[in-house]
Amino acid sequence: MRELELYFGPQHLGMVGNFSITLKVEGDRILEATSNPGYLHRGFEKLMENRTWIQNFPMVCRINVVEPDSMEMIYTMAVERLAGIEVPERANYIRSIYLELARIGSHLFGLWAYSNLLGFDTVAQWAMYHRDLILDLFEELTGGRVYHIYIWPGGVRRDFPDGFKDKIVSTLHSIGGCVPDYDATFFNNRLFYERAKGIGKITQEEAKKLGAAGQVLRATGTKFDIRKVEPYAAYDKVDFGIPIREDGDAYSRIWVVRDEMIESVHMIFKLLDKMPEGEVYNRVPNPFKWKIPKGETYVRVESSRGELGIYMISNGGDKPYRVHFRTPSYTHGLIVLEKLLKGASIADVGNIMISLYVVAPEIDR
Amino acid sequence: MKGSFLKPFKAIRFLWKKPKTLKYPFEPKEPALRYRGFHLNNWDKCTGCGNCADICPNEAITMEKIPELESKPEKGMKNERPRIDYGRCCFCGLCVDICPPGSLRLSRDYFHIHFDTNTFVFLPKDEKTDKEHFLPAENYSILKASLTHRKSNYEGFSPDIDYSLFEPERAPMPQVKPEERILSFIEQVIGYSKEEAKREASRCLECKLCEEACPAHLKISDYIKAIYEDRPEESLKKIFEDNPIPSICGRICMKHCEAACSLSIRGEAVAIRWLKRFVADSIKDYKKALEQEPGKPTGKKVAVVGAGPGGLSVAYFLSLKGHKVTVFDSLPGGGGMMRIGPPLYRLPIEAIDKDVNYIKSLGVEFKFNSTVGKDILFEDILKQYDAVYLGVGTTLSLSTRIKNVEKCILALNFLRENKIGKNVKVGKEIIVIGGGNVAIDVAREALRLQHMQYPDQKVVTKTVSLEDWDIMPAKKEEIEEAKAEEIQFNTGWGPKEVVLDEKGNIKGLQCMKVKSVFDENGRFSPTFYEDNEMFLEGDMIIEAIGQAPDFSFIPAEQFKKLEFTQRRKVKVDEKGQTSIPKVFAGGDIVNLNLDAVTAIADAKISSEGIDKFFSSKKI
Repeated sequence: MRELELYFGPQHLGMVGNFSITLKVEGDRILEATSNPGYLHRGFEKLMENRTWIQNFPMVCRINVVEPDSMEMIYTMAVERLAGIEVPERANYIRSIYLELARIGSHLFGLWAYSNLLGFDTVAQWAMYHRDLILDLFEELTGGRVYHIYIWPGGVRRDFPDGFKDKIVSTLHSIGGCVPDYDATFFNNRLFYERAKGIGKITQEEAKKLGAAGQVLRATGTKFDIRKVEPYAAYDKVDFGIPIREDGDAYSRIWVVRDEMIESVHMIFKLLDKMPEGEVYNRVPNPFKWKIPKGETYVRVESSRGELGIYMISNGGDKPYRVHFRTPSYTHGLIVLEKLLKGASIADVGNIMISLYVVAPEIDR
Repeated sequence: MKGSFLKPFKAIRFLWKKPKTLKYPFEPKEPALRYRGFHLNNWDKCTGCGNCADICPNEAITMEKIPELESKPEKGMKNERPRIDYGRCCFCGLCVDICPPGSLRLSRDYFHIHFDTNTFVFLPKDEKTDKEHFLPAENYSILKASLTHRKSNYEGFSPDIDYSLFEPERAPMPQVKPEERILSFIEQVIGYSKEEAKREASRCLECKLCEEACPAHLKISDYIKAIYEDRPEESLKKIFEDNPIPSICGRICMKHCEAACSLSIRGEAVAIRWLKRFVADSIKDYKKALEQEPGKPTGKKVAVVGAGPGGLSVAYFLSLKGHKVTVFDSLPGGGGMMRIGPPLYRLPIEAIDKDVNYIKSLGVEFKFNSTVGKDILFEDILKQYDAVYLGVGTTLSLSTRIKNVEKCILALNFLRENKIGKNVKVGKEIIVIGGGNVAIDVAREALRLQHMQYPDQKVVTKTVSLEDWDIMPAKKEEIEEAKAEEIQFNTGWGPKEVVLDEKGNIKGLQCMKVKSVFDENGRFSPTFYEDNEMFLEGDMIIEAIGQAPDFSFIPAEQFKKLEFTQRRKVKVDEKGQTSIPKVFAGGDIVNLNLDAVTAIADAKISSEGIDKFFSSKKI
């Protein structure tokens, strides 16, 4: 049969974001896949070298549209570590709650994309609606729906508004009340099982070798979560489980995502119970004069997609000398995806890609 | 994964559920209370400092001059207001958190639809300053919503001082406790350590409102930045560009700058004066740090009458230009009124001499103990020198001229005696007449003398002033410090008569209640309630009600030529020249501020004027 070169994306229903794959196919079998990132390159890492420490905050979150909060968190952690800034205890709890809400919002977004792709329009609508409820919470807490610019060196930007605790609880209860509906229509649905089982399968050794993280790694039976390995914010103050699956295919990955959301809800309730009263912000130095001592650091957090890291160098100036991000979509979208697409059928390209939770803006910074 | 043929029918229950979507715009979604939408700016509170424009990461904010608004540099108000380009704004709210007066806020509005992209560049106001475009709920229609059709009282993300990006509180200045400091002339303010100074310097937002407020326009934000960056020499160089007496000014300046500081609106102003003092004190040798040399000699000779702040500054600026300057003063050292006026606990003599000695090292000749008009005649000076600068200040104390007033002491005589003579013998119960800064200085100095002369005995110092608390001319912080030292205040009383006992010694002061201090035109003209009187006991009375200049050294035929303004000030042109040719003047005899930094400002003008006067004559 004749070998063909097929361009998949950037304008394609199965694509999230501006990202494309060049496929070498024979019939509908893929012989080789090459990822083509770069459609969304905005030069953030370079831009950040020209902005002061504070001015970078409104920008860093824009690297990942779906979950800007982990971006804020790593930048803040890196700045705090280099500048030696302490964070009040309550702010750490608020950060954890906020990051878990973001994780749920991001997973719901991923669920929307995945179920939409498989043709589960109803589930997709539900997921989007429930994500909107989470965005309402963010709006009330931070004033922004998508870009929150809320985690700040020295704490968080504002304390919880009145009655916000109850609002989180009631919102999460109303989302949680729909889990049986989700299960019945999607997760336990035969169609989903048929469509996802055995698709995009990766073994534990391969996943480790290729640098996969997050649910891609956890779906292969590895209990690895940076919240446990290197606890940040208030994750060491609370007990939570790490959902895993053994098979390493798309079906397992989506189930890990589902279990993670439920675990996050439980974790938020525990954090809300334990949250102390007090200050949430230690004032940072005057932004026009703030210089951070010479040094370099790497910090990482568990974002909704896996290990998200930042490598930052300060040469003692008022701006970072160099910022580099290690984003999970980079590994999953370029390396793991190319590997998994080999031998797959064309019909499964979107399926595999979205089950890896690839977000194109994360690849192009 | 067990199925049942009934399962699909479960969907039927959703038929009775309401839709989750909203029928926009008939069912609008109310944004959260903290929503970050379009800007609001209270133009009355906005100072035009431009911090919002500086912090904006997208350069969406530019400061626009508003000609209709009045610029009030002394109050820290510029006639500039932020203009926002909504094509660039990312609604991060950094501008809100940096805004020192808290005038800039974000509203919950987020609609703007227009064919013209220029309308996205917008000068935000709020409902208080723009009633036309901010409408009450009943006149508002969401169908017309735009930047110019907004809901009133629709505030979103607002400033909160607890989360501001600037530090509203000062680094506390260490001071000697009141109980301890009243026992001697120990300097009350201890001064910042290096760490404290750096911390305080770090608060400055570099908006430069202070520089416009300062009469001498010192480069304040530059020298504060140099302190923050640990370069005190650089800082001192910046100060010396405009002010050659930082050690004096760092202690007694009237700090017009701090009144204009944008941080003072919701917090405390940057301690600009103490930072200047820190620089002056931390550098032991000015000469080494400044690396200044006197200018190439021009052969011109200038006489300066009075070695006060103005005279010292003229001498400094002119000697840098190469002119030969001689300073005459009747006192035994430099500083003029600074030497005798401010009490020693505020301005020690060593601090004055540090500045004077540096100016001396630039080749300025000082002739102390020589009173012009007595030891050297003014006519001779006029003949011998190419230009003369009069910085004589106000050296005569005014008197209340009440009955038996000759038994009282005048404030300047009291202060002068204390500094250059021996300490004046004081009574146990002193009354100071006056409510200005000098009166409080006198009272606090007298109190210390009392404690030194009558150790462990009960002593009292009280003041009597026409003005009530609200219109008292003395600085608030000095009043507070005086209160902490247990000085008693009698406000709103006017002196009527000094009461003597049978031996002719002072027994006390009879006072009348003041009806009003100023007349309807705002001019000083006190009236009293004749029937409401009070007797204050005391064995010593000091009058500190004001000073006047002494021009007796100028011969009559020259004095006739000297023109005065309506407010009895010497009239000078834009170069600082008086109506007598080649005579320049500045300081308290010219300006109405009556303080050291304004004298320096006058001196800057006059020294430029004298220099131009010489160069124009050459041509």
